[in-house]
Amino acid sequence: MRYETIPTTCSYCGCGCEVLLQVLDGELIGVLPSKASPINEGSLCIKGWNLHEFVVSERRLRKPMLRKGGSLVETSWEEALDEVAGRLAKIKSESGPDSIAALSSAKCTNEENYLMQRFVRAAIGTNNVDHCARL
Amino acid sequence: MRELLKTRVAEMLREGRVDGVVGLIESHGEPLPYLFTADDTAALERISTGELQGRLAELIPGVVRYPLGKILTAVARKHPDKRFGVMCRACDERVVFGLFQNLQLDPDKVEILGLPCKEELARACSCPAPAPRSAIVDQPSREAWDRADLERIDAMALDERFAFWVEELGRCIKCYGCRNACPVCFCDVCTLQDDGLVKKGEIPAELPAFQLTRAWHMVGRCVDCGLCQEACPMDIPIRTIYRKVRSIVGELFDYFPGERDGGKSPLEQLGDGSFPIQ
Repeated sequence: MRYETIPTTCSYCGCGCEVLLQVLDGELIGVLPSKASPINEGSLCIKGWNLHEFVVSERRLRKPMLRKGGSLVETSWEEALDEVAGRLAKIKSESGPDSIAALSSAKCTNEENYLMQRFVRAAIGTNNVDHCARL
Repeated sequence: MRELLKTRVAEMLREGRVDGVVGLIESHGEPLPYLFTADDTAALERISTGELQGRLAELIPGVVRYPLGKILTAVARKHPDKRFGVMCRACDERVVFGLFQNLQLDPDKVEILGLPCKEELARACSCPAPAPRSAIVDQPSREAWDRADLERIDAMALDERFAFWVEELGRCIKCYGCRNACPVCFCDVCTLQDDGLVKKGEIPAELPAFQLTRAWHMVGRCVDCGLCQEACPMDIPIRTIYRKVRSIVGELFDYFPGERDGGKSPLEQLGDGSFPIQ
């Protein structure tokens, strides 16, 4: 029998609210706003209060998907990456790098976001990079 | 008080009187809700009464409070055979008594460790009764409920009062924080999530139906702990509404949720009360 709370930062937007993930016997059961955070002072918006849901959501993607014949089907990482790299290279050569934009995510780590913008700027050659946390 | 609390929790666990104690632990630089167990004695060294340390203490006044009664309910539901201790300020104790009254916790399986609040703290919380009945240390205290807000609103003419509440409640962003933070909100099915009554995804919520529905559901429930108010990102004085609800229930039924001798909730009685709902 074990219950603990793990402090972390809400990943839904750029405000930086501190949340406590409630873990009961290894299972994520909910979120509490941190009372000690000068940022959110014990409050959250509706997204923060439900932050735990996507972690265990059944709708969460666990394998790469590729649209074939109009519908999404599971595929291998190999095929998915080949497809993305091939199409990006084709679009870049036909229409130029500024015809491509990338959206990154607050749910990634800082390092992953760094890699994303680095890839977009250095490999593709455009500054069209943004993220979902621009609230 | 922290040392005494630590000693008492250690005793309870060592003697096997309880299987776990819900309280606060100093971790990551702040007090966090935690379940202390006998196989985890090192954690006891970091037990906290909710006081903040260093710079945080300057930024955030008072002590931090979490819905420990609600956490206890979640743990006890999963482990119905276990026995628990719970650290309680007077507000948390009213919560636990309220959960006993509403059959959400078994009084035979819960032992309360009450921490009295000092006068300054009680005043900051506008606390109606700052001394827990099961206090681990004697500390004289008196009611610090400032009734000025309620009296000012009660003195308004009806249309003025309605306009006041429409203005205040109009700030609601429908975060459900008041419901989520509320330690006596224990229903599996919540009216505020009934799609027929409250349209999912529609913001703002219907005014004032959404907020008053919650107020109505506080009848016979609200123990006036104030955690809802602390959770409201829009600083709506919701506690004032629930205090009014609580005082009406008290006047009409002589029932005060969260008081040990408060009897059964009026909503749990049929007719003259001779057919109690089990």
